[in-house]
Amino acid sequence: MLDAADAHVVVEGLVKIYGDRTILHGVDMIIGRAETLVVIGGSGAGKSTLVRHLIALERPTRGRIVIDGTDIASLNDVQLAKARRRFGMVFQKYALFDSMTVFDNVAFPLREQTKLSERDIREKAMTKLKELGVDHAATLTPAQISGGMAKRVGIARALVMEPELLIYDEPTSGLDPVTSRTVDSLIEEMRERFGVTSVVITHDMVSAFDIADRIAMLIKGRVVAQGSPAEVLAVDNADVQNFVRSSGVDVTRFEHRGTRKTAAELALRARERKSGRVE
Amino acid sequence: MSDDPPKAPGLLATVLAPVKSTFEEVGMLGDLAFRSIVWGIRPPYRVPLLVAQMEFVGVQSIFLVGLVGLFTGMVFAVQTVYGFRRFGAENMVGGVVALTLSREMAPVLTAIMVSARAGSGMAAELGNMRSSEQIDALETMAVNPVQYLVVPRMIAGVVMVPVLALIFFLVGIGGAWAVGVWGLSLDPGIFADRIKTMLKPSDITQGLIKALVFGFAVTLIACRHGYFASGGAVGVGQATTKAVVWGVVGVFVLDYIITSMLTEI
Repeated sequence: MLDAADAHVVVEGLVKIYGDRTILHGVDMIIGRAETLVVIGGSGAGKSTLVRHLIALERPTRGRIVIDGTDIASLNDVQLAKARRRFGMVFQKYALFDSMTVFDNVAFPLREQTKLSERDIREKAMTKLKELGVDHAATLTPAQISGGMAKRVGIARALVMEPELLIYDEPTSGLDPVTSRTVDSLIEEMRERFGVTSVVITHDMVSAFDIADRIAMLIKGRVVAQGSPAEVLAVDNADVQNFVRSSGVDVTRFEHRGTRKTAAELALRARERKSGRVE
Repeated sequence: MSDDPPKAPGLLATVLAPVKSTFEEVGMLGDLAFRSIVWGIRPPYRVPLLVAQMEFVGVQSIFLVGLVGLFTGMVFAVQTVYGFRRFGAENMVGGVVALTLSREMAPVLTAIMVSARAGSGMAAELGNMRSSEQIDALETMAVNPVQYLVVPRMIAGVVMVPVLALIFFLVGIGGAWAVGVWGLSLDPGIFADRIKTMLKPSDITQGLIKALVFGFAVTLIACRHGYFASGGAVGVGQATTKAVVWGVVGVFVLDYIITSMLTEI
């Protein structure tokens, strides 16, 4: 179990109410440094609202978001702008600037937040575009490229600043399976190469089990399961089991990246540990 | 999501809803105006963005504003000659047209044209940026969206609407002169002399002050509706409509207030 003192991000009793609708009912969550936490849950579960709080795009009605020991809801605009330089976000709808070319979109955070020369900016942005396989589209505008390419450009823009905390809002939605796995590898690579802490929202259970160090399942604004993929699979909760079954992932065959054991084997071991049959 | 069923609003809440929403609207406009001023003073100053907006609000409106100004001046000349001829005062036409154009027609009609052309464009663009998460993306990249998007538009409105109003006025006078002198046989010397004797610098100043305030108001209203748009394509459409409708209403309300304050009778 993660200790809050060592955590990169701590979410404490997060409640969000819009008008008379309560979206989040006291969410508690700890995200360790250089850890990949995958948030899964059905539509309308409050996943996007939760991650928007992590980057202070929303202010909590109650509760706290503590990043590196600082409650980000307490920061003023200038302090928040400074703190955000360490964050990156890949948006569900790409969020590329229509008025700029693909290259300018990726160069934008470098131009705004660094004092690098235009030559260095060009080199960094083009390297990132190349890594994502979209360097050939550098001179095109977002309207001239496909959805999959736009997604990759959005990821390149988030990665170019090499942030400490990266939030991905459905990074593989709308992508073909091959590109989806490329994106998964990239998320993994960012963690391994740069020690990036990642929070990934996804409906893609293959992706979730592939990249997650830990999974948090959110249903109707409440965290109903949180832990390693195996622990989540072992949770005795009808909503969780129903979600896993409906996802189409064959837990008897799907292998976890780290242990090379099937998800079902891991779940069994987790259940046994819980009942005290295995030490 | 909450499991509780939504409660029906009470009678008092229903009656007070329009009052509450009016106060909320004024509050949002005031808040956005305040943030624009604060972020406008703070560096970095994004000159290329400002130049682009001045080109959009000002340069691209010149033809339209000139055209409306020309025909407004021409119509006004015909109407005043028609009316003044009844008591033999056609000689006053030049002065009356100049006064009306400078104090009222130029700032009001220019602001309406800018609201319809540039205001609608601003609301649609910002609304689309909001719904496609581009404004959120700016925030996450530590760029203040008010400073980046709203401030250049507001400055462009404040600077370019007075310039356009001046163009409206000059072209309008030209149109009135053409119709009056060439079409309705007024004496060109008297036409010009009446303008000179009746039009005071304060008339031009009042027109320019009005244009400046209208420029601030129409861009503020357009930015408010676009910046806070919600609800996808329908929401963006509604934001665009509201930007123009409330922009035009705002111009007329402010016109009365400024006229009352600046006119000594």
